[in-house]
Amino acid sequence: MRPVTHCGILELLARTVISNQVGGNMSSKAAASIVGMMAIALYSGLGMAAADPYQLNLPEPQTIIARQIYDQHTMLLWICLAIFIGVFGVMFYSVLKHRKSVGYKAANFHHSTTVEIIWTIIPFFILVGMAFPATKTIIAMKDTSSPDITIKTTGYQWKWGYDYLTGEGEGISFLSNLATPRAQIENASPKEENYLLEVDNPVVVPVGKKVRIIITANDVLHAWWVPALGVKQDAIPGYIRDAWFTIDKPGTYRGQCAELCGKDHGFMPIVVEAVEPEKYTQWVAEQKSKSAAAVVDVSKEFTMDELKAEGEKVYAANCVACHQANGKGIPGTFAALDGSKVATGPKAGHIDIVMNGKTGTAMAAFKHLSDVQIAAVVTYERNAWGNAAGDVVQPSEINEFRK
Amino acid sequence: MSQGSHYYVPAPSTWPITGSVALLFMGFGAAFSVNKMPLGYGLLAFGFAVLIYMLFGWFGTVARESESGKFNQQVDKSFRWGMSWFIFSEVMFFAAFFGALYYMRIYSVPELGDLEHKSLWPDFTGDWPTAGPGITEKFMPMGPWGLPAINTVLLLTSGVTVTWAHWALKLNKRGQLKLGLFLTFALGFLFVGLQAYEYGHAYSDLNLKMSSGAYGATFFMLTGFHGFHVTLGSIMLFVIYCRVLKGHFTPENHFGFEGVAWYWHFVDVVWLGLFIFVYWLI
Amino acid sequence: MAAVHDHDVAHAHDHHPSGMMRWMMTTNHKDIGTMYLWFSFIMFLTGGVMALTIRAELFQPGLQIVNPEFFNQLTTMHGLIMIFGAIMPAFVGFANWQIPMMIGAPDMAFARMNNWSFWLLPPAALLLLSSFFVPGGAPAGGWTIYPPLSVQMGMGMDMAIFAIHIMGASSIMGSINIITTILNMRAPGMTLMKMPMFVWTWLITAYLLVLVMPVLAGAVTMLLTDRNFGTNFFNAAGGGDPVMFQHIFWFFGHPEVYIMILPAFGIVSEVIPTFARKPLFGYSSMVYATASIAILSCIVWAHHMFTAGMPVTGQLFFMYATMLIAVPTGVKVFNWTATMWRGSMTFETPMLFAIGFIFLFTLGGFSGVICAVVPIDIQVQDTYYVIAHFHYVLVSGALFGIFSGAYYWLPKWTGHMYDETLGKVHFWLTMIFFNLTFFVQHFLGLAGMPRRIPDYALQFADFNMISSIGAFGFGLSQLLFLYVVLKCIRGGAKAPAKTWEGGKTLEWTLPSPAPYHSFETPPVVR
Ligand code: HEA
Ligand code: HEA
Ligand code: HEC
Ligand code: CUA
Ligand SMILES: [Cu+2]
Repeated sequence: MRPVTHCGILELLARTVISNQVGGNMSSKAAASIVGMMAIALYSGLGMAAADPYQLNLPEPQTIIARQIYDQHTMLLWICLAIFIGVFGVMFYSVLKHRKSVGYKAANFHHSTTVEIIWTIIPFFILVGMAFPATKTIIAMKDTSSPDITIKTTGYQWKWGYDYLTGEGEGISFLSNLATPRAQIENASPKEENYLLEVDNPVVVPVGKKVRIIITANDVLHAWWVPALGVKQDAIPGYIRDAWFTIDKPGTYRGQCAELCGKDHGFMPIVVEAVEPEKYTQWVAEQKSKSAAAVVDVSKEFTMDELKAEGEKVYAANCVACHQANGKGIPGTFAALDGSKVATGPKAGHIDIVMNGKTGTAMAAFKHLSDVQIAAVVTYERNAWGNAAGDVVQPSEINEFRK
Repeated sequence: MSQGSHYYVPAPSTWPITGSVALLFMGFGAAFSVNKMPLGYGLLAFGFAVLIYMLFGWFGTVARESESGKFNQQVDKSFRWGMSWFIFSEVMFFAAFFGALYYMRIYSVPELGDLEHKSLWPDFTGDWPTAGPGITEKFMPMGPWGLPAINTVLLLTSGVTVTWAHWALKLNKRGQLKLGLFLTFALGFLFVGLQAYEYGHAYSDLNLKMSSGAYGATFFMLTGFHGFHVTLGSIMLFVIYCRVLKGHFTPENHFGFEGVAWYWHFVDVVWLGLFIFVYWLI
Repeated sequence: MAAVHDHDVAHAHDHHPSGMMRWMMTTNHKDIGTMYLWFSFIMFLTGGVMALTIRAELFQPGLQIVNPEFFNQLTTMHGLIMIFGAIMPAFVGFANWQIPMMIGAPDMAFARMNNWSFWLLPPAALLLLSSFFVPGGAPAGGWTIYPPLSVQMGMGMDMAIFAIHIMGASSIMGSINIITTILNMRAPGMTLMKMPMFVWTWLITAYLLVLVMPVLAGAVTMLLTDRNFGTNFFNAAGGGDPVMFQHIFWFFGHPEVYIMILPAFGIVSEVIPTFARKPLFGYSSMVYATASIAILSCIVWAHHMFTAGMPVTGQLFFMYATMLIAVPTGVKVFNWTATMWRGSMTFETPMLFAIGFIFLFTLGGFSGVICAVVPIDIQVQDTYYVIAHFHYVLVSGALFGIFSGAYYWLPKWTGHMYDETLGKVHFWLTMIFFNLTFFVQHFLGLAGMPRRIPDYALQFADFNMISSIGAFGFGLSQLLFLYVVLKCIRGGAKAPAKTWEGGKTLEWTLPSPAPYHSFETPPVVR
């Protein structure tokens, strides 16, 4: 845990100089001394640990694509630096020498076709040089064929859902929520190391296997982004997009939603845990046995208390971001459920809005929840806070409703 | 015609600021009324009334300036540039909607029906016309050979009559000018009337609505904005007609007429695009 | 040939309107230019205060000052206000003041419509800003208002949509006016290829505006009907596509960014030759480069959508096209350098801002090219790297251009010299704080900080703190600019007609301050 209040400018300066000498190679040292304070040069060739507060460059790449991106970025930086020094070398020479105050008399030339053609053509070829490796990477990036494992991820406001579709682990399915406690966000307790970058259920994948990730969304646009894997892809409601990665080393790789998706856009991180294949097999087995235990017969009758208890959990995981723990919502933006006509009126209307959402509002469809979960959360809402509908919704009713 | 070689710079005027007040009210009025807030329609109607008042006042002033010979050749040329670029901007506005139609037909609808998307929309085939994979309500598309074909004939004829009126104006045959203009805006209003009838037919018989997915949205927005432009054009033609009755315009100097005629031809061409891409090729 | 002003008519009933009425009714290009400039400055402060609130929230990790909903509203409104309220109107203000003077015209071609173009802006701004006070608050979907998020918003979104309609109408009328003025009102002898660069850049900008503003109007209209009238343009269930909005929006949006930079290129192309006392190098290639940039800008829009998922061919096409823009832009940078080469330079404030412009804009251009390379954009899209890129081209590009032009022409507008010392102080403070604010954002973006977030991981804390400190310094420095301008309006050394030794364009033949009616008798240009 790092104190976050200290002013780090001095430390920053010291650190960049030191790390440049320690971490930088010869060429970056040389360049740095040419351009002095030009920090552009500093951030080439310094791969640093993910949580370094003075990280100047892309995070250390963990996949082949991310590695290529990293190298191309470095190459482009050097090219730009060279052009920059060329152009501004000339300009600042001129600024220093060709000034009136040193008595310099203006020349009167005003064009030269040859020179102009030269400086049109040279940049063109430089650009071709930049585009060539990029083209190869793009084609590789888009090749999502023959994966070992396919995982579907769905963006929700504001969490990610994962379904393992094919390959080892098929059938596993869970939601992944921000795990950082509210108190830390509201500055009521000290922030921990992975502040805002922790989730309750990380995506677990084996190293060395090609993982294809299918990306979609339930409500608005989101984007699934893990920098170290070189993957960023928008999640588009109603459409499917995909990407792939093969991770080299075991480790925990963190990312965030990268497309504005409303209020809690800043609070829907992604955590990918890459493990050795054996450990992965073990993890799959655990998940399977957990979900087997959780399967319940939809025709089972539950008591009000059971449903309310389960419903409170479902509510906390899915609904609380908008409707708030006290059921009061956020006036003008998110409807209050406490005292709402829908939540105290006929059951059918209540079930309908939860299952199908309401188009044109932030209320998305929650069909993807299980029958038990929906029954529980509806029952909870009808009997929590000031609501006292007094009725119970059974999973069987939801099952019926689905048909 | 013109009063020598001066470029006319108008005196300070209250019309623009009146127009701004109108749009201020209309902006708030529209935002309130689409959100079903109190006052919405009132503000909108008030703003609209002010706008109409401003348009009459402003164009009336310009007409008077023109008739009193304040505009020289150079001013006339400015008007020509101005009108051309205005029409160009209108073309781009329609281009956005045609682009949307094209995009849905070529990209999004087929994509939603492809193999990859079976997991989200299992039964969708991606054929046009469609209301999309998630809207189950059925509708019938609008066929081209009934009313739309008649409307095409009407608009094309009106293109001819307006050109006839123009020739008459140039040859100073005022009788033919009046008749040609009258026929033009009469055809225009008839077109609008038939279009309204067609909408009624769509809603009541075909179950085709704004909310009928991709087809409904593009159908109503394209034909709707076009119909709106025809209405505007017809009103403009009517105003020109009134000015002709008052004896305005000379064979040499009649940009007001020409500008409206250009606009009318533009509306005509857009219709042809609509007829082909919205009605015919489905 | 001379201009007749409709005085006889005006004399008849109300004499010269005075006070507030003068400004509301004016048909004079200079009055209107002045109003545009003040409007834009007020909007700049408004958008700036929002930026400072954003920076204050981002000073430290954790939520301190605003809640996330309001933060998103601030981000969105900051972007909209700065683009549509500050930068664009400022350039139209320059166009109004300078174009008639620079081409030897009596006024703008459509003087009365000119007034309307301006007076549409305050109602639009009012509509946009009052969205903060309606239920649900201001739009919070980013200035790009992507659906479906923007379909979810409350009525503030509808207000923004109508505001955009009105601003669009204003822009279109303004551009038609400018095109017509330039094409039809030039003094005898001023052929197109003798026009000052500033006039050229505005001609091309105005074309772009007429081309793309209606498309934006179409996009927001579809959004409006999706929100309120049940259409499904951007809803997959109805066969629509959220990504379609992005295509239409960026068909407008990308040319829009050049709309905000081309006039700045024009200003810099006036300032550099003046203070280098040497003609602009490669005038005709500058004209062609500007035109090429404008044409290319219409076929690169999808570089904002590299992560939206496109076929490989699409990505390659838009990557290549985007990178190509570096070529004509490079021509401009090299030509400016060549203009300075072997000149006899002095460094008054306009020149300082012009050099600052070239220096920092080029940096922003480089980060643009880096964004244009698809694999790299995959990493930096929607991060602070992009924020850094576009503040380098917008603030140290467009805004520096505006400052440069303002100092350059202030003596002509007011008849007084501005305070040179304070001007230079303003420049250096602006320069230093600007870099402090935005340079570190490159690092943040590369290291993985997404944009449009109110709170961030601890690893980003220090750079954010630096950036926030810089932002406040930058903001305060702008108050100095306000002071310099006010001081210059109220008095100061009398400015000669030809304020700058190297000034060659027509406005320097007019007395300072320029007379109310610039060229009643057009000058003859040889
Ligand atoms: C004034 C505004 C302006 C200007 C001029 C530019 C100029 C450029 N922009 Fe920028 N851009 C924006 C404003 C602007 N941009 C904004 C506002 C956004 C974000 C919008 C949002 O999402 O909110 C954005 C985003 C943006 C993106 C999307 C990033 C993302 O969201 O992922 C991309 C990607 O290609 C891009 C590229 C470019 C390029 C290639 C140029 C080129 O024109 C730059 C050309 C200039 C040079 C290259 C320097 C000079 C040239 C030389 C010295 C010659 C030699 C050089 C070489 C051979 C390299 N811009
Ligand atoms: C067009 C020009 C433009 C300009 C000039 C600026 C200027 C500034 N911008 Fe802006 N910015 C954008 C265009 C612009 N921006 C756009 C398009 C976006 C994207 C929005 C989106 O994501 O949708 C953006 C986003 C953006 C972000 C990212 C927000 C996010 O993603 O969450 C940040 C964060 O630092 C930022 C900061 C700043 C700062 C510090 C300035 C400074 O230059 C501002 C300087 C400050 C002042 C001028 C204030 C002066 C006033 C005072 C000192 C107080 C006076 C007091 C009273 C009047 C009472 N901007
Ligand atoms: C992203 C935000 C969001 C989430 C998450 C969310 N809702 Fe809603 N909900 C809304 C909004 C906005 C409305 C108001 C819709 C309208 O305008 O009628 C709403 C309305 C409702 C209503 C009707 C209330 C009324 O009086 O109109 C019910 C019931 C409801 N939600 C239940 C739920 C349940 C159960 C969950 C979780 C499983 C949930 N919501 C999750 C945003 C959300
Ligand atoms: Cu999900 Cu941003
Ligand atoms: Cu762009």
